[in-house]
Amino acid sequence: MSEIPADLRFTSTHEWIEDEGDGTVRVGITDHAQSLLGDMVYVELPEVGRVVVAGEECAVVESVKAASDVYSPIAGEIVEVNELLTEGPDLVNKDPYGEGWLFRVQIAEGGDLSGLLDADGYAEAIAAEEA
Amino acid sequence: MTKRTPLFDEHVRLGARMVDFAGWEMPLHYGSQLEEHKHVREAAGMFDVSHMTIGDLSGPDARALLRRLLANDVDRLVPGRALYSCMLNERGGVIDDLIVYRLHKEGSYRLITNAATRDKDVAWIRRQAEGAGAARFDVREDCVLLAVQGPEARQTVCDLLDDDAAKAAAWMLAPFHAAVIGSLFISRTGYTGEDGFEIMAPAAEAPALWRSLLKSGVKPCGLGARDTLRLEAGLALYGQDMDEDTTPLEAGLAWTVAWRPADRDFIGRAVLEDMRASRHRHSIGLLLRDKGILRAHQKVYAGDREVGEITSGSYSPTLQCAIAMARVSEELEGHCTVDVRGRRLEATVVAPPFVRHGKACVAVPAVPAI
Repeated sequence: MSEIPADLRFTSTHEWIEDEGDGTVRVGITDHAQSLLGDMVYVELPEVGRVVVAGEECAVVESVKAASDVYSPIAGEIVEVNELLTEGPDLVNKDPYGEGWLFRVQIAEGGDLSGLLDADGYAEAIAAEEA
Repeated sequence: MTKRTPLFDEHVRLGARMVDFAGWEMPLHYGSQLEEHKHVREAAGMFDVSHMTIGDLSGPDARALLRRLLANDVDRLVPGRALYSCMLNERGGVIDDLIVYRLHKEGSYRLITNAATRDKDVAWIRRQAEGAGAARFDVREDCVLLAVQGPEARQTVCDLLDDDAAKAAAWMLAPFHAAVIGSLFISRTGYTGEDGFEIMAPAAEAPALWRSLLKSGVKPCGLGARDTLRLEAGLALYGQDMDEDTTPLEAGLAWTVAWRPADRDFIGRAVLEDMRASRHRHSIGLLLRDKGILRAHQKVYAGDREVGEITSGSYSPTLQCAIAMARVSEELEGHCTVDVRGRRLEATVVAPPFVRHGKACVAVPAVPAI
């Protein structure tokens, strides 16, 4: 049973979003996603400063099994990426909601998180996928 | 209806992620396939490979049948010895690859063939046996097959055997030799590039054997690690690196074809003789210096020319870069490029194996400082 923290938001494409409270959000992939992908070997992160729209592919996590695109959940600017993942891509497997975070986005003017799933919504989405 | 091996409950008990493989529910990994891979290279790991087909062939015409069926020659075998061979169709294409043992009983052989090709192989062997004289082929359904692999594997297995005679018999097995020891058939073979044993045991004894190996510190390993280990070792996987439309010559397996004696007429020989005398596709090894994973079906280029495609690709945990085997139509040396997810990345051409006895045997090009 994969972990789904109640205080985060989610997308149906298996990203989690944490509101940092300062106009930025931290983004990573869920426990469910890392479990499906298996051992990570490479992570491709966006360049800091890049402007993204909601739903835009901006990172890639590659496991032994498959490469998977990661999408920015909201429009904004990439302000930080997790450098630790270059040497330690396995952090995504070991601590997907903590040390395995991928990037931080400065939310664009007018952007908000209301369209994102809450923990229950995400749990339903996974259940539907597995049905 | 997916099939389960007698060790299914053990895998579930250990928290394995189970997947469907050739109609069998098998463990992909037990937590981390990278850790499992490393453990086999450094210590000892074990694989439940009971989904593979064990077939016993016996009778006065068994030997002649095998000399016709297999591209390698069973006449090279003394009792207790094994060899690796392809079984070909009339077009020289590979029906399956297998290990064949000559058993101690006169006229008896044991074949280990792939899970995915079971029905096809059994039908083919029985059809060729018809009218070819007296030979019967029995598929064993009462056994498990456990591969225990790694530098500590043989010692660990020997320590578990009951008496000194059994321990000595197992310890003294030379590579590619097998023996019946107690209720076990122990073979010094494997698919990982490490030393070790493959053990055939009665199904009823399987859980106890598995648990005592666990207790001895042998790590359970799944199909994920099995694939990265065999790829590092440069070993072919049927269905990916070769199939019915590929000859052994095109799959890097020319060494498994016994051309002599010249008058041994094995199925597919004529096609192979013709191909051998002409230009044909061949298999190469590739490694990727840059970040990215090489995967099956990615196209290989020499300059702008598409010259082939990858047959097997993955990440090499030992070399810490992507490696692959590819089938190409031109002689390639040095570098080529591969289309990896829409980008042309430079790959180094090498001759497999990539890893032997736990160490790299190819030079991984250093990443240039940016």
